[in-house]
Amino acid sequence: MSAANKEIRPPVIELGVMGWLRKNLFSNWYNSLLTIFGLYFLYILIPPLVNWIFLDANFVGSTRDDCTNEGACWIFIQQNIKLIFYGLYPTEELWRINFVYLILFISGVYLLIPNLKHKGWVGAFLLIVFPIICVVMLSGGLGLEAVETRLWGGLFLTLVIAGVGIVLSLPIGVMLALGRRSKLPVVSLLCTIFIEIWRGVPLITVLFMASNMFPLFMPEGVNFDKLIRALIGVMFFSAAYLAEVVRGGLQAMPKGQYEASQAVGLTYWRMMALVILPQSLKMVIPAIIGSFIAIFKDTTLVLVIGLFDFLGIIQFVGTNPDWLGFSHEGYVFAAAVFWVFCYAMSWYSQRLEKKLDTGR
Amino acid sequence: MSSELMIEMKNVHKWFGELHVLNDINLEINKGEKIVICGPSGSGKSTLIRCINRLEEHQRGNIIVEGTELTNDSRSIERIRGEVGMVFQQFNLFPHLSILDNCSLAPIWVRKLPKAEAKEKAMEYLKRVQIDDQAHKYPAQLSGGQQQRAAIARALCMEPRIMLFDEPTSALDPEMIKEVLDVMVGLAQGGMTMIVVTHEMGFAKEVADSIIFMDEGQIVEAKNPKDFFDNPESERTKTFLSQIL
Repeated sequence: MSAANKEIRPPVIELGVMGWLRKNLFSNWYNSLLTIFGLYFLYILIPPLVNWIFLDANFVGSTRDDCTNEGACWIFIQQNIKLIFYGLYPTEELWRINFVYLILFISGVYLLIPNLKHKGWVGAFLLIVFPIICVVMLSGGLGLEAVETRLWGGLFLTLVIAGVGIVLSLPIGVMLALGRRSKLPVVSLLCTIFIEIWRGVPLITVLFMASNMFPLFMPEGVNFDKLIRALIGVMFFSAAYLAEVVRGGLQAMPKGQYEASQAVGLTYWRMMALVILPQSLKMVIPAIIGSFIAIFKDTTLVLVIGLFDFLGIIQFVGTNPDWLGFSHEGYVFAAAVFWVFCYAMSWYSQRLEKKLDTGR
Repeated sequence: MSSELMIEMKNVHKWFGELHVLNDINLEINKGEKIVICGPSGSGKSTLIRCINRLEEHQRGNIIVEGTELTNDSRSIERIRGEVGMVFQQFNLFPHLSILDNCSLAPIWVRKLPKAEAKEKAMEYLKRVQIDDQAHKYPAQLSGGQQQRAAIARALCMEPRIMLFDEPTSALDPEMIKEVLDVMVGLAQGGMTMIVVTHEMGFAKEVADSIIFMDEGQIVEAKNPKDFFDNPESERTKTFLSQIL
């Protein structure tokens, strides 16, 4: 028997937990040093944090005096939860918001479950009927008492601004991207100017303009709702960014795809809708979701024009004399909720990418 | 064979910037004729056939396809593209659609066929190019030869009266060239009017009614295969033939 016929196993050092540790954490002296330093850092950071948030925290009670333990006083959040979630929306009308949430939740779950029929109809309902339901339910009409938008606030307001901004900015962004690449010089120029102006201005400026400058240009007596002005600002701001993201995707498309579409006789809009956009949007899903996440977090800026979004209302509640000194709890809670929403978008984007992957 | 005129090119010129890519092209192609165009790279042969369905715009002269003159009028372009199918060197299948959807897309959206009918017809053509068993796969899952046959089926689904082939086998591994050429020979025998840009001289000998040799944007020589290979007139043709045969 020659040696070549014997089974040759990998060296023991490469295998198992020890092998993994050695390979990934202690492969040489400076990696070992970094590993030890990292572990020490976690050791001094994690236990106090866990103690503060969970072990030493106060969960039961109704006033600040019930917060007797060392850790966080979650009673602060509990007692103000209505303000934080719904703002100043009248208590007896809260069911209207919850009803809208419920519809959204049910349709969303329906769309997420694989292989259900009629998803197209549910999607169309969400995009066409649902917004109408939202407007009627949330602001009033058809026998429902009107609720002025200045009473809207908290997480609810954040979701309204982010939702409208995200849903409307994508189609506008796509149109702007197509326009900028158009062969018609006027269309291309106008889209380019529009995109560059909105991208060149900070969102905070856009919001100030929408809330303070815009009314100056309007005829006397014409009064746009402040929330609507902010929504339009957020929408165009986000659309300008998305337009550039989408344009990146369009430019990455091989020329052959355009030619093949033209050769089989597709017109421009059909070519875009059926061949080019499905592929190029798919390519830029991560960047599109990145823009959505950014816009979701940027909604916190509406505070500067006197709208109390989720973060704004938490800060506001913290100035209540009964609850002074609990801003840490507020910020940690806000961070956690923002993270949940943003991570959900990120998770969905990864799922979508996998699902749509057909290879190249 | 009837001599219905399908494609007529009269004094066609085209420039890419300073480069004169098509220089006074005159060409008449009758129904059922098979034309093979060959020539060195950069000679304008691809540009010539791409002008026929307006993937490239000619700048002077007239191109008339089935009685319709190609102009900037989008209706004339649409009408001609409906009659002319094209197969590309790089296949250019739509990677996000299954093979079946690749084939039924244009019939549904351009020809306005009902979905079921379009898919049925697509399956028919896929069977003819012998990849009906791959219909539900995506292009990336197919070999090059299979993809090119799918691309041929996609073009045929529009029931074109003329087929253009732009170096259909140049991007294929050698062992796959034959399966694509076989499909093309079958198509030729079925009476399709074909213009094929290719260096497959075996194919040219077998099916071409006439072989056109192009160089520097001009048609140097146009002859039936026997004369083309046996007594080429121009020096350039002779040099070219000596290099590729």
